Amino acid sequence: MTDTAAVAPRPGRPPRNPRIREVIYQILFISIVVTLAGFLIHNTLTNLRRQNIASGFGFLDREAAFGIGESLVAYSPADTYARAFLVGLLNTLYVSALGVVLATILGTVIGIARLSSNWLIRKLAQIYVEAVRNIPILLQLFFWWAMLRVSAPAPRQAWELLPGVLVSNRGFVFPVPTADPVHHWMLLAVVLGIAGAVGVGRWSRRRQTRTGAQFPSAWVGAGLVIGLPLLVFLAAGMPLKLDWPELKGFNFVGGGAVSPEFAALLIGLTVYTGAFIAEIVRAGILAVGWGQSEAASALGLKPGQRMRLIVLPQALRVIVPPMTSEYLNLTKNSSLAVAIGYPDLVSIANTTMNQTGQAIEGIAMIMAVYLTISLIISLFMNLYNRAIALVER
Amino acid sequence: MADIDVTQELPLLVERPRPVTASPLAWLRVNLFNSIPNTILTLAALYLLAVTIPPVIRWALVDAIWHADSGRACHGAGACWAFIAEKGRFILFGRYPYQEHWRPLFVVVIFIAMILASCDRRLWGRRLALLWFAGLVAVGVLMWGGVLGMTYVENERWNGLPLTLILATVGTLFAFPLAILLALGRRSRLPAVRGICVGYIELIRGVPLITVLFMASVMLPLFLPTGITIDKLLRAQVAIILFAAAYLAEIVRGGLQAIPRGQYEAADSLGFGYWRRTRLIVLPQALAMVIPPLVNSFIGGFKNTSLVIIIGLFDLLGAANAALTDANWQGFYLEAYAFIAAIYWTFCFFMSRYSQMLEREFNKSRQR
Repeated sequence: MTDTAAVAPRPGRPPRNPRIREVIYQILFISIVVTLAGFLIHNTLTNLRRQNIASGFGFLDREAAFGIGESLVAYSPADTYARAFLVGLLNTLYVSALGVVLATILGTVIGIARLSSNWLIRKLAQIYVEAVRNIPILLQLFFWWAMLRVSAPAPRQAWELLPGVLVSNRGFVFPVPTADPVHHWMLLAVVLGIAGAVGVGRWSRRRQTRTGAQFPSAWVGAGLVIGLPLLVFLAAGMPLKLDWPELKGFNFVGGGAVSPEFAALLIGLTVYTGAFIAEIVRAGILAVGWGQSEAASALGLKPGQRMRLIVLPQALRVIVPPMTSEYLNLTKNSSLAVAIGYPDLVSIANTTMNQTGQAIEGIAMIMAVYLTISLIISLFMNLYNRAIALVER
Repeated sequence: MADIDVTQELPLLVERPRPVTASPLAWLRVNLFNSIPNTILTLAALYLLAVTIPPVIRWALVDAIWHADSGRACHGAGACWAFIAEKGRFILFGRYPYQEHWRPLFVVVIFIAMILASCDRRLWGRRLALLWFAGLVAVGVLMWGGVLGMTYVENERWNGLPLTLILATVGTLFAFPLAILLALGRRSRLPAVRGICVGYIELIRGVPLITVLFMASVMLPLFLPTGITIDKLLRAQVAIILFAAAYLAEIVRGGLQAIPRGQYEAADSLGFGYWRRTRLIVLPQALAMVIPPLVNSFIGGFKNTSLVIIIGLFDLLGAANAALTDANWQGFYLEAYAFIAAIYWTFCFFMSRYSQMLEREFNKSRQR
């Protein structure tokens, strides 16, 4: 086979030198992609000119002239489109962050319940997971929306879940404590408590490595975090006044309120994602071999220590990567808010696109925001993953 | 967390003998009341069931109204299943001409038959591909009509369950070849090819399906040369194909990564070129390995088709929402949603069971 390299390539055949061949293939591939992109861009520009649609992001400075139901920052229809986008972005982040926290708690509880030695608990958890996973999230959002908007009673006959917590077709209302200057001091006490707990934890770990003596740092830490603000609260004479929601006319006045749309979106996202997280948690715990637990018991660790020191750290390694993609899914699914009328980023961008006709810019902004959120979540989860990863010698 | 000690359950996994339960009473003691925390949990769960189950049964069965002439006569304490009796056909087939409903019904039967046939591993291969081709041709002929004495039905009137099934299956079938190319491209040695494939996959996976659907419904018409129009259904279908391809590509890549290096080297030493090696050695093994996750991905795609209602198509969910707007039958949201939830659930549950079964079998054959 030594002489084949000397044979000149026949015309119409790819050149024999793999280096050159690769370069030629790549140039061909890129030119095809570029031609296609150029063709699409040319068509788009022609069409835009023909339909008299402006392009560019100049519209962001113009007056939005549409109202937004709920907003975390001050907003009025006289504000700009840019401000409206900010409102939408904050709403998306708010509902996603709450959803991630609640879904993690729900999913962990259900995932552990799936492995319970209690037959009834195990079966109930399984029924929940199987029922929720196999129904589209959008249908579930519509269901919760209909439950809260249509099936829930009028404010006069509102369901009272807990004293002061009422559900009606205007959403949830609940009492909130009225602001008091002491609350600032309590917040400061919480911060001090956390700092103290971290300090005690470090000190006790150092002492344990040095002398082997154990110190109940978890209890002391919890005592600091909860006890210090409580002390401030008691010392100031317990200035707690709750602002209770009251029925006035056809709706509630006072207290805190959550709209049915927001509640439906949050409940739907939490319940749906919780089922997937439950399966991830269950698989993660199952992935830790039984021998690990037996070895821990043989060393004399108590069941709680066994779980905390041996099983969970190993399970987390299996759990974290799929958990990341569930968090991303939840954030992306929050875009379905547009279907039930919660003003998230997509729904505000949709209104903007309908008003200005500038669809390309609107979609580009949504995509940029979601890509950024995805990258940030992935980055943090990767950092966390690296922190808990197996340290091999 | 101390209440539910998961480690208590783990011994069962290493096939320790389960405690022999002689009597129902003993079973109860072992499974429900074996410790104080478990007893508390059992009682709490029983209380929860006692509070929630009876009202649901009363709503759904005892107080339910099964026959009514109009929506007004149907508002009571319980569910109005008369709404489903009245609107069921509309929810399933939408605005398809009423006399021709046997055609979408037949299409649904064809789809179910093809999905069932695909579950039979003996048929996997060329025969199944032929079956799907013939099935899709039959679906097209039945839905469009215009031949064999069937009236022509434009695809704006393809609604309900057939639309959901078409979007999901056609989406997956067309996304699959694209996904294979993307996965191969992502593993390519050529930086330009790899870069573009990675960019595409990560871009699509980073954004919600809604944005891809918006893009298809608003921007696709702008992309095309002046004079060429593309209807709504096709736009949604293109969006679903482009979206599914990115996710399927990552699954296929998982299979490609699991192929041992020796397989590539063996193919090289036989003198195979890239395409021959890929087609004859690499892909058959890689694809066989990823069938269970592919089934899972299909389930996800099936559920995701419901998003097309946001761009104005009437799939199963869209038809249910449309049925709810009838002025004579207003306010039966829960009934309509329960009805279609049951349909979605049946499809997804059995497919997920099937994929779990496949996974078990695959694992069995791998751990020799």
